[in-house]
Amino acid sequence: MVGVKEFYDIRIHGRAGQGAKTAAQLLAEAAIDIGMYAQSFPEFGAERTGAPMKAYSRISKDKISVHYQITKPDVVVVMDESLFHAENVLEGIKEDSCIIVNTSDSPDTVRKKYNIPSNVKVYTVNATKIALDLFGKNFANIPLLGATVKIVGIIDPEKVKESIRKKFIKKLGEEGVNKNLLAFDKGMSEIIGG
Amino acid sequence: MLKVDKEIVSFSINPGGYAKGGTSLENKTGGWRSFRPVLNKEKCVNCMICWLNCPDDSIVVKDGQMLGFDYDYCKGCSLCSNVCPTKAISMVPEV
Amino acid sequence: MSDGVVSKVSVVRKALTGAQAAAEVMRQVEPDVVAAYPITPQTPIVQEFAQFVADGLVNTEMIQVESEHSALSAVVGAAMSGARAMTATSSQGLALMWEVVAIASSMRLPIVMNIVNRAISAPLNIHCDHSDAMAIRDLGWIMLFSENPQEVYHNNIVAFRIGEHPDVFLPVAVNQDGFITSHCVEAVDVFEDSFVKNFVGEYKAPYNILDFDNPISAGEWAMPSHYFEFRVDMKKAMDRSVGVIEKVFEEFYKETGVKMDFFEAYKTEDAEIVFVVMNSTAGTIRYVVDKLREKGKKVGVIKVRVYRPFVVEKFLELIPSAKFIAVMDRALSIGTTGSPLYQDITSGLFANKRIVLVNDYIYGLGGRDFTDDDAYEMYEHAEYSLKEGISGQIVYVGLNPNLLGR
Repeated sequence: MVGVKEFYDIRIHGRAGQGAKTAAQLLAEAAIDIGMYAQSFPEFGAERTGAPMKAYSRISKDKISVHYQITKPDVVVVMDESLFHAENVLEGIKEDSCIIVNTSDSPDTVRKKYNIPSNVKVYTVNATKIALDLFGKNFANIPLLGATVKIVGIIDPEKVKESIRKKFIKKLGEEGVNKNLLAFDKGMSEIIGG
Repeated sequence: MLKVDKEIVSFSINPGGYAKGGTSLENKTGGWRSFRPVLNKEKCVNCMICWLNCPDDSIVVKDGQMLGFDYDYCKGCSLCSNVCPTKAISMVPEV
Repeated sequence: MSDGVVSKVSVVRKALTGAQAAAEVMRQVEPDVVAAYPITPQTPIVQEFAQFVADGLVNTEMIQVESEHSALSAVVGAAMSGARAMTATSSQGLALMWEVVAIASSMRLPIVMNIVNRAISAPLNIHCDHSDAMAIRDLGWIMLFSENPQEVYHNNIVAFRIGEHPDVFLPVAVNQDGFITSHCVEAVDVFEDSFVKNFVGEYKAPYNILDFDNPISAGEWAMPSHYFEFRVDMKKAMDRSVGVIEKVFEEFYKETGVKMDFFEAYKTEDAEIVFVVMNSTAGTIRYVVDKLREKGKKVGVIKVRVYRPFVVEKFLELIPSAKFIAVMDRALSIGTTGSPLYQDITSGLFANKRIVLVNDYIYGLGGRDFTDDDAYEMYEHAEYSLKEGISGQIVYVGLNPNLLGR
């Protein structure tokens, strides 16, 4: 855990279609559910499946008044390692920021591979493997959401799981929801680094 | 506030431009006429072409018979006279 | 909830986008007729509402039309028959509506329309600026602007009471920033349905074109002898709306504890430099004002909530110490001295013999992001301008001059 702060700016890098927007939204909904304030919005582009995109969440104990894209994130989530080559995922990253990467590599390897400054904490989780094992498809957003909730620490995971249930029960049914909850738990338990 | 006046008041407006309906009946345009249509019943074949064309609904018709003109509203435009296939309508000066 | 009066109304906090917040009011008010045509970024409002209709949550006649021109035309027709009618649009959709926008107000139909502000073509751009709304600013619509989804929610509720007041009978446009507000999930305190229904009340239309026992004629022709008076009559209704808006805001505050005002001032009492801003950027400026205050800077901000009617006298009361006004326009008037908000403010200052330095800061066109850093930069420019006595400058914030050919 990064240590509990009052305010988190979270930036999720993904490819359109990978569920970054959904993950950011679930995070915000859960925060609002427990009486915090939150914002969640996607980078406002013309969406094309596979194109690099960003989704944002601001989570705070106080009212949030600002309205712009997150340029100085506390937490960066990289949903797809290939995005290190497509975008500057480290842009605006601060001294006490952390980065969560979906990869089979260790945090140390990732840090070396992408020259991540030593004052930025690196966490990794193989969300793609979790998703492939459970769904047979690369739905990495839910395990990554679990990992992010673990690192951010101020949101009750149970609330996020409620949000997941609410959002997906109609579309996926009981079995589908349970698989997603399992993916969420695995993301929480399998994230390493710091 | 925005009530539609029951009577037309010539010099005050209704907000939004709403007015009592059917007020063309009160505006007797017959006074605009300088020539009046006159029907020659012997030539008329009741084809109703004049009735179809009259812009002021001033052809008086009953039971399929062309009876004449409503001079309260006929403006004397002479359209009826022009379209009449049997030349049964002639235009006569008012004065 | 604002401070002060404790709300008598029970609220539920929901995670809603600005678009969903608008649709939520539509669900609670349950208008008789909604006609709309999809356009980004408005689409989620009507999409959400169409779902409410399909789910049987509301008993609204939803009319599918083939264009925005038809959408507003259908709504105008419905309103003429005494229906409470709504629509929503953005950008090119509003542009296509334009002639009917003018008809709706001059026929004095209290339609409520949500405008999700978006740049106008060309080049094609789906992102936020206020050019679309500014193009209808003088057509006789009451125009409310919303900082966030919560304000979208509140503005939509009061809109009915203002527009449908017998002293007013004018349509109301509720504006929100495209994507930044419309697609941003935030916490929104939603009132219980019964409160909204009661507060808004039943619409009592003064006329019904479908009442065959009392036939009326609508859409009249006016000769030069009468047309002038129609326009002045509409202007007077807009003037009367000021008092109505005051009363509606007051009642809303008493019932809910939520304060609304024509201009919402933040730390302007002793401020020498005052920003003026509309919609979502207002919060960013407030945040920056706080940071600048920590450094001892005498700075404040005014958010324009009611843009039409633009009651400049109320504005002037809020800036007793101002020496410099930084007007922020998210639209660019081409071919004149400054953009819409700047023109409204400078003409008001001049007419009231108030001499203050004013610059026009153009920002965020076509969705160009406006960050806290941009705001600091703008403040520095304002501070420099005040020191040097500079006024009347048009300044582009966040412009990339390298992209300009010449």
